Order: sequence, then C-alpha cells, then structure tokens
Amino acid sequence: MLKTFKKGGVHPPENKISAAQPVEVLPLPAKVIIPLSQHIGAPAEAMVAKGDRVKTGQLIAKSAGFVSANIHSTVSGIVESLEPVMDSSGYKRPAITINVEGDDWEPSVDRSPNLKKEITLSAQDIIKKIAEAGIVGLGGATFPTHVKLSVPAGKKAEMLVINGVECEPFLTSDHRLMLEKGHELMIGIQILMKALNVPKAMVGIEANKPDAVSHLQSLAKSYSGIEVQPLKVKYPQGGEKQLIKALTGREVPSGGLPIDIGAVVHNVGTALAVYEAVQKNKPLVERIVTVTGKNLAHPSNFLVRIGTPVSALIAAAGGLPDDTGKVVSGGPMMGKAVSSIDVPVTKGTSGILVIPAAESKRKPEGVCIRCAKCVSVCPMGLEPYLLYRLGQRMQYSQMEVERVLDCMECGSCSFECPANLFLLDFIRLGKVEVGKIVRERKN
Amino acid sequence: MSSVLTTSILMLTILGVVLAVILYVVAQKFKVEEDPRIDEVEALLPGANCGGCGYPGCRGLADALVKADDISAIFCPVGGNETMRKVAAILGKAVEDKDPQIAVVRCSGSPQNRTRVVEYNGISSCKFASTLYSGDTGCQFGCLGLGDCVAVCKFDAIYIDPVSLLPVIDEEKCTACGACVKACPKLLIELRKKGPKGKRIFVSCMNTDKGGVARKYCSVACIGCFKCVKVCPYEAITLENNLAYIDANKCKLCRKCVEECPTDSILEVNFPPRKPKVEEQAQNAVTS
Repeated sequence: MLKTFKKGGVHPPENKISAAQPVEVLPLPAKVIIPLSQHIGAPAEAMVAKGDRVKTGQLIAKSAGFVSANIHSTVSGIVESLEPVMDSSGYKRPAITINVEGDDWEPSVDRSPNLKKEITLSAQDIIKKIAEAGIVGLGGATFPTHVKLSVPAGKKAEMLVINGVECEPFLTSDHRLMLEKGHELMIGIQILMKALNVPKAMVGIEANKPDAVSHLQSLAKSYSGIEVQPLKVKYPQGGEKQLIKALTGREVPSGGLPIDIGAVVHNVGTALAVYEAVQKNKPLVERIVTVTGKNLAHPSNFLVRIGTPVSALIAAAGGLPDDTGKVVSGGPMMGKAVSSIDVPVTKGTSGILVIPAAESKRKPEGVCIRCAKCVSVCPMGLEPYLLYRLGQRMQYSQMEVERVLDCMECGSCSFECPANLFLLDFIRLGKVEVGKIVRERKN
Repeated sequence: MSSVLTTSILMLTILGVVLAVILYVVAQKFKVEEDPRIDEVEALLPGANCGGCGYPGCRGLADALVKADDISAIFCPVGGNETMRKVAAILGKAVEDKDPQIAVVRCSGSPQNRTRVVEYNGISSCKFASTLYSGDTGCQFGCLGLGDCVAVCKFDAIYIDPVSLLPVIDEEKCTACGACVKACPKLLIELRKKGPKGKRIFVSCMNTDKGGVARKYCSVACIGCFKCVKVCPYEAITLENNLAYIDANKCKLCRKCVEECPTDSILEVNFPPRKPKVEEQAQNAVTS
C-alpha cells in the first residue's frame, strides 16, 4: 500500500507523453526577454543600461527587498532595451531584452561536467551563495529559495522534503531531471540538508515514475540520510502541504507554513540549481521545460535559457499545430493560458502545453445539484460550492471565515464539478478580496 | 359555561394591560432621540440609495447633512444642486452650486480601431478577465467590454454598444454617482464636468505606452505627441507618461486640440457639426 495524502484529491488522465524523451539543449535564440519579476516578492532592480555588453551568468538585476531574487543574464550579448514586455501574466511588465551574440560565460562559472561531491561551505555561506545565484522554487511557485532556507527565530527545521512528485498531467521535466541528473540532485539535497542543519531528507516521487524511483533509491544508498519514497498517484500531491502529509503524516495547521511543523519542502529542480550554484558557481540561467500537447509533432524536454520566447520552444517541438486552441504555461491543472506565444520562459515555467481547439473551450455553466463532489475532492477540506456562492454575493468577510485563504487553487473542484461551475474563478477572486481585507486590518 | 367565558376575557384583558404597560415603559426607557429633520431631509433626497455621495444610502446622507456644521463638502450627485439647495433651506446651512458632472469612458478602442488578437473564454466579467490577462488586443489599458459598469449602474444609464463593443453613457440618465468609476478594473471611467449644454472635450484614451507601441495596437490611441499641449491657448492640457489629460476647469471648449490630434483620440461631445473649411467647400463644389 503506497502512501498518499488522506483528504480529497483527483486523478486526471496522466498523459505523460514526453516521459521517454531525453533532455535536449535548445539552441540559443536570437533574443531573450528577461522579466524583472520572475519570483514571488518585490521585482528585482535592473543594473544594466541599454547598449551594455553582458556575459552569460552576469548579474543584471539585483534583489530588491527581503523576499526578492537576483536575476542573471542567461546569454551573452548586448542589452537592447529595458522596456516593459508582455510576460505570461498577460500584462506588460519591466524586462531586460538582450540581443544574443555568441555564448561568452562569466569566467567564474565552472562549466565542466565533473561531479563535485565535497561540500566545503558552511550553512550560512551556502544560503548566501543561493541568494547570490537568484535561485527560486522551480516547481512553479517561484518563492525565493534563500528565504525558505532562513528559518525564522523560534522555529526549527527537523526534516527536508524533496518534491519529485510532478503530479501535474503532461509535465515530465522533473522526471527527466531525476533520471539524468541523479548524482547532482543527491548532492544538491545534501547541500540543502547542511544549510538547514537537518539529518534527514525524504524524496517523494509518484509511482507512475518507477524508473526514477528505482534510480534514485539505488543512488541514495551512497548518500547518507536521504530516503526515496514512492507515492500513490494522486493530484495535487505536489502541493507542499499534501506532500508533507503523504510522507510524514503531519498536517500543516490552517494558515500556517510547513516550518510550523518542522518541515521544509524544495523541488528537485531547485535542488539541482542549488548544486550548480554552490558547487559550480553557476547562477540560475537555465531550466528544463517540457513542451507537450496531444497534437504536437515532437513532445520534448528542453534545457532552455530563461528568457527564450515560448515560440522558439514550440518550433523546436515540431511547430504549432493548425488546430491549436490555446497555449498554456505550466500544466493543464494549474497552468495559465498565455495571450501570445512571444512571452518568455521564466524561472517558474515548468512546461508549455499546446491544447487543441476542440478541448480548449470551457463548457457552459450548469446548475449546482449539491452533489458535494467538490467538497470530497478538496485537498484542503474546504467547501468550494459554498465559497462560490459567497463569492457571487460578494460576501468576502464570510469567505474569510470559511478559510478561503487556505485554497491553493489546485482546481480539483472545478475539474470534478459535473455542472462545470466556475468554482475556482470565484474562489480566486475571493482570495484577492479577502487578501485586501486582511491587509487593511493589519494597517 | 359563562364563568369560563368571563375568566378567559378577564385573564386576557389583564394580560393585555400588563404587557402594554411593560412595552410602554421599555419604549420610553430605550427611546432613541432622533432629529426630526433627518426624516425631512431624507424625504427630499432621491431615494436611489446608490452610495454616490459616499454615505450608506440616502438615510446615511441625511444623517450626515443634519449633523455636519458645514455641508459644502457633502453633495448628492443624483439630486444635484436643486436638491442641495432645498436641503440647505431646511437646515439653514449654506451650500455652493457645483458643476453638474457626468461619467465619460476614456477609451475608443472599438474593433475597427484595435484588432483582437486573443480570444477570451471565461466568466463574462471585467474583474475576472483583468485578473487573467490585460485584454484581448495589444493595448493593455483599454476597455475589456464585458460590462461590469453596466451591471453596477442603478440608473440604467450605461449600455454596451453592439458595434463598438464599448460602454455608452446615456446623458439623460447618468447621475454621476460614480458606481461605474469604482467598478471598472481598468480605471477608464471618469466623472467630468458636464459642461454648458453638455459640451465637453476629453482625451478618450488611457494608454501610457510610448507613442509607437500605443499606435501599433490601436489607431485612436493617445501617442503623447504634445501637439494638443502646444496648441491649447489656455494651458488646460498636461501630458504625463505619454498620455494627455485635459483639465475640464481650464478648458474653454475651443476645440483646437480636437483638430490638431493626429490620432483622433480627443473627443468632442454635443458640439454642432463644424463648418467645412473653405478649400473643402471648393473641393465639394468641384466634385458636385
């Protein structure tokens, strides 16, 4: 009997069609667009001017606040402009556009493929190094990693949880990473353990990736304190609260953070980026992105420089099919449709999903028949139908009482609803409004 | 038989008297002293409960009007100057006449002027759409056309034009209560001075992109060219962030800026049609 979280969850069709495709290095684009806001928190401050020549890995925007992250040039070339550019949010936001010329790296970056096992830095230096490298949560939430590693006073981390679940259908970037970069990942996990001063790390992987589970299990034997645990396939197991529950049986209290129960969760992609930053001095300039879709000619996994336009990825995967209805940045459950395929890949882009026109339209909204399916699938134990009604009536203070802020927008309720109610839409708007109420109360 | 009847009547009578006394005492004890003028003032107010004055409904406004020493800062946009003068007469306080206002929509991005590049498929409401993307055209400032302003208008004064897909304000019905101003997530609606005979001139654009970018996606966008600023004899036009703004209090409605604007983003409303220029007249004479 495989472990999983208890409350709610759904099992959408997995569709991991690109799982067998090894990671290919995408050729450099002619131009990259690097948004200044690729992470949760304050946008970074640009440090270059138009016409400047930059090298790959050079710091081009500085972290602006406690919760913020550095941004490095992902290519070498000349800064073309600092004008706002449309990103996957659908809005134009400040960005640095760089015309690519060659691939001239910062000399301090160690680009040799040699494995560097020995961890020489102290915990504080590791966190400093991670902050310098601009690493953020690569699972998609893009929370700055160094902030997560700085455990607040009075709290103690007891264990590190590594998220290799990849519960989103279609996406396979973490799967390929675990298969191809296993050793680097293990060292990355050990670095994170040292930074947090914890003796134990648990890697959770869903059982639909048996090759990754057995590969990492065999590797884990030679690294102390790392346990690899297969998990039953259930969405949204990649949510950090669900993953902690599945692996340890502990539950994060409502409104709390994983650190409240002594856990810190990091994605496998983040662990690899940490290895590269700490051992190889390489900032976060590239990531693995799955490009997939039922009608796409060659669904693939690419190692992509951040800032590459999505159109370049789709072209490399066989071009945009004629019957494309929408292009989603991220997975089908939590991803967001992009308004243009010229938007750049950012630190949080785990996949690009091309959906055919026939499947891209929302179904008309029916009438709630009170079947309570939404209640039974909600992994946070909320009552989506109730939040939906309250949202329609704009009763936001009551929504707060009904714990709308616990919602992580996994979309299980909308996925399961037989009447296709716009459950998540109203809940999401409610979260924004309740957030305003909470902020006002604090001030 | 008769004793049952008399006992019942007696008991009920006693009960009634006792309860009446209790009710009277309680009512006297917990009586709320309310200024009778609040009722009088409320009777004069329009009773729309639109909240345009900033108070919770007409009763709230009446209460505020009676309690405030100086009511010149309080205004009922629906009732207008006439109502405020009547209220002032009752309360013996001074009011100043305010210029009547009207809501104007500062976007002219009809499908003819800006092409749609994205198809939106979700809840038909601007506040939902604006959380997901900036709009279905390349302009991220313009009207989404999903009618949140129409839904909040209590006076039935806004409708979405089926051709331009933009909100149109009914001048007769608009009371300038400001509900639509608050409802628009793109902040496109502004309360402006209605002007003599409804004549007014305003920049119908909120695009702060640089001229080239703005023009690329919308043919009637303000491109921040400064031509209107230069031509205005009354210094009524300011230009900030590539966007011109006409101060309605300084504007003397000379219409020079309207002619000068290269992208037709300045609108004139309720003016008589212009006389054709001399050359054009000559041209017309030749062609006819």
